[in-house]
Amino acid sequence: MLLFCTARNERVRLPYFLEYYRDLGVQHFLFVDNDSDDGTAAYLADQPDCSVWHTAKGYKRARFGMDWINWLLMRYGHGHWTLTVDPDEFFVYPFCDTRPIQALTDWLDASSIKSFAAMLLDMYPKGRIDAEPYIEGQNPLEIASWFDSGNYLIQKNARFGNLWIQGGPRMRVFFPEDPAKAPALNKIPLVKWDRRYAFVSSTHMLLPRGLNQVYDEWGGEKASGLLLHTKFLDTFSAKAKEELERKQHYAASVEYRAYADLMRDDPELWCKWSEKYINWRQLEILGLMSKGNWA
Amino acid sequence: MSSVGIVMLVHTALGRAEQVARHWAASGCPVVIHADVNVPRKTFQKFRKALSDVPIIKFSQRHRCEWGTWGIVAATQSASEMMLREFPEVRHVYLASGSCLPLRPVQELIDYLSDRPRTDFIESATTADVPWTVGGLDSERFTLRFPFAWKKNRFLFDRYVELQRRLGIRRRMPHGIVPHMGSQWWCLTRQTLSAILEDPERSAYDTFFRRVWIPDESYFQTLSRLYSTHIESRSLTLSKFDFQGKPHIFYDDHLQLLRRSDCFVARKIWPKANRLYDAFLTDADHALKRTEPNPGKIDRIFSKAVERRTRGRPGLYMQSRFPHPSWENGLTGAKYSVFQGFSELFEDFEAWLARSTGCKVHGHVYARNRVEFSADQPVIHGALSASAAIRDYRPRSFLTNLIWNTRGERQCFQFGPSDNQEAAWTMARDPNAQISVISGAWAVPLFMSNRNFSELRAEAAALQKIETLFLDKLRSTHCKARTRIWTMAEFVEAPMEPLQNIIDDLGAKNARRLSEAPKMVNLAGFGQFLQNLKNQGMHPYLMGDFPVEPNLDAIPPSRQRKPYLVKK
Repeated sequence: MLLFCTARNERVRLPYFLEYYRDLGVQHFLFVDNDSDDGTAAYLADQPDCSVWHTAKGYKRARFGMDWINWLLMRYGHGHWTLTVDPDEFFVYPFCDTRPIQALTDWLDASSIKSFAAMLLDMYPKGRIDAEPYIEGQNPLEIASWFDSGNYLIQKNARFGNLWIQGGPRMRVFFPEDPAKAPALNKIPLVKWDRRYAFVSSTHMLLPRGLNQVYDEWGGEKASGLLLHTKFLDTFSAKAKEELERKQHYAASVEYRAYADLMRDDPELWCKWSEKYINWRQLEILGLMSKGNWA
Repeated sequence: MSSVGIVMLVHTALGRAEQVARHWAASGCPVVIHADVNVPRKTFQKFRKALSDVPIIKFSQRHRCEWGTWGIVAATQSASEMMLREFPEVRHVYLASGSCLPLRPVQELIDYLSDRPRTDFIESATTADVPWTVGGLDSERFTLRFPFAWKKNRFLFDRYVELQRRLGIRRRMPHGIVPHMGSQWWCLTRQTLSAILEDPERSAYDTFFRRVWIPDESYFQTLSRLYSTHIESRSLTLSKFDFQGKPHIFYDDHLQLLRRSDCFVARKIWPKANRLYDAFLTDADHALKRTEPNPGKIDRIFSKAVERRTRGRPGLYMQSRFPHPSWENGLTGAKYSVFQGFSELFEDFEAWLARSTGCKVHGHVYARNRVEFSADQPVIHGALSASAAIRDYRPRSFLTNLIWNTRGERQCFQFGPSDNQEAAWTMARDPNAQISVISGAWAVPLFMSNRNFSELRAEAAALQKIETLFLDKLRSTHCKARTRIWTMAEFVEAPMEPLQNIIDDLGAKNARRLSEAPKMVNLAGFGQFLQNLKNQGMHPYLMGDFPVEPNLDAIPPSRQRKPYLVKK
């Protein structure tokens, strides 16, 4: 079980990130450090189970880091179960509180399933997002413990056969007048890698197309998980500002521009109908993820 | 030594197999182990050596066991032969796998079987009577030939089946046996098992079954019917299968569930389920306290899993359930009501409906430029936004999300020809929708408005066209919604009965007669308004026949007050 991750100035998040995934049963971490200047590389190099590659090249030129990750996957991922996540994403799957990730991958193997969906679920705090500072080592879900449960919009992408999902707090708060610009939330982070595979755009879709068939089209539910996305902490404002200056993000960083505008006024994502995170069973009952036929 | 012998088929997780074999042997049960040829020689030697200290554990001749092929039967045969030969006091042979786990103390199994010395426990049913088969092959398992492995050569497998079907090739059963199928995991008496293995015709049967698909589910199941004096057609091994015929796997969190099973053995256990192995592989002193058996619970959990995987939750659209049109198994998650023309004809319809039914009543949720949620909330259940731009971006998802998010609480909303119509067809196709229309009522707000007549005329023409299209959908043969359509003239004539019906359908909290009706707008002059439209060349027809001069002025003022009904 290998984990692949691109990081830029994520030093403060790393201790908990590593702890979380070690507990799930990840055996080795492969990081691409994109020219951090906060000690990320040195910290990772000290870990017994981390390998670190360094690059000072542009994130955008590398197709938002995917070229680096695809190369590492091809080189080291072949024949392994691989999890590709960002440092602010926490993978949740059915029974993750009682079964290690290997139970899931063994089951996927036995079912001849090669890829596993986990939609991005944006988590946010109640009140201003910069109200409570994040402390190194802390579980970010203690602060960002709220989410939107039922405002996701789905379309099928005919070209790659994947689902294109948008919605959540980012659409609700940042793009209420221009929802088409809201970021994609569909992700397929867990893949039994083969050197013939490649991620096309972030971990949203893969080639060959069959790997994107993570959903059932005949009325049933396939098993799926979620990536709890803890981007919206107090660290976010600074990050958004930095990213806006670097201009290294998707679609001329339109997302970050919208954030920066909004964050200036009243950075609150929480609303009366926000749902407080309890556990995976809650997410499964709400219909955000599914046990499928894993019981 | 005990009278129960265990034949164990292993291919992976040898460490666990060793543990389980020792557990059987510790209670005096002799064990014969068959290890798949695919187990590397070194690994096998180590495994064999590790168990060499137990004299009643033996290893049989090894075969290649590929799923669905003869190898598994051959392995079972040679291990059983060895068991019968080497351990003459064995009366019952129990077939188990390396990933089986005894759930009850072994002594209980021994006692149970010695109380039933002549009974063969083997699930065995004729192909015509069971629906379990996966892949569409039931009786054809026996009548076609299967030289290609399903798992490795799926393409050849399928093509060869097709070819045989087309050519009409059929095989004859040797000696007229009747094929039976059932769980692979059985427990047979020495008499029955030896009769099968020592049958003078065995080579004919073996030749036949060699080309049957998944013979491990039919060889012993069929042949035991020839010899057994008493077959109990069930397996003593708890084993649950998913919709593809794969066994479900048990994990640590199933411990409480397994304790409540009344089966002797469970499969399949995840090899790393330490808690399960620790809990069940102990001696009688450390065994868990027995609990009241409740095998129904296990059944429910696993049949629910199959249901979820094949039918899913109706009305749910999500990352791993996105059905093709007409495969939704329910377009939306719950019943809801749509009202067209009511809030135009009655001044306080929404408040009245909410009061008399206790349902959640929204305004025009598809209104142009705004979403009129009840109480004008900017966001409702599920953080569904009142942004019209977001709604119009995916109008269908807006509806399915709204209904999914509020399941458990009946939703009502207003609809009309000035609203976004993109979800109209979805509603018309949806059996959960109850759509009530007062056609032509859209003219009332125009009539009440203070606008130039040429503008009104153009808008009336447009609205009439849109409503006609909507009514066509409701009257189409593909419409699955419950619909009720009145012309405005009909409705105004006698409003109470339709209102009462609507309320009754909504399952009002107190099923009594309406005590209060909503207040109708003052329609004095409406007939003339319609006539004016006609005079301008725009013929409003959806309202039905409204008299030009309905003599509304002649109605005494008391009739125009809010009407109250007197309870009987």
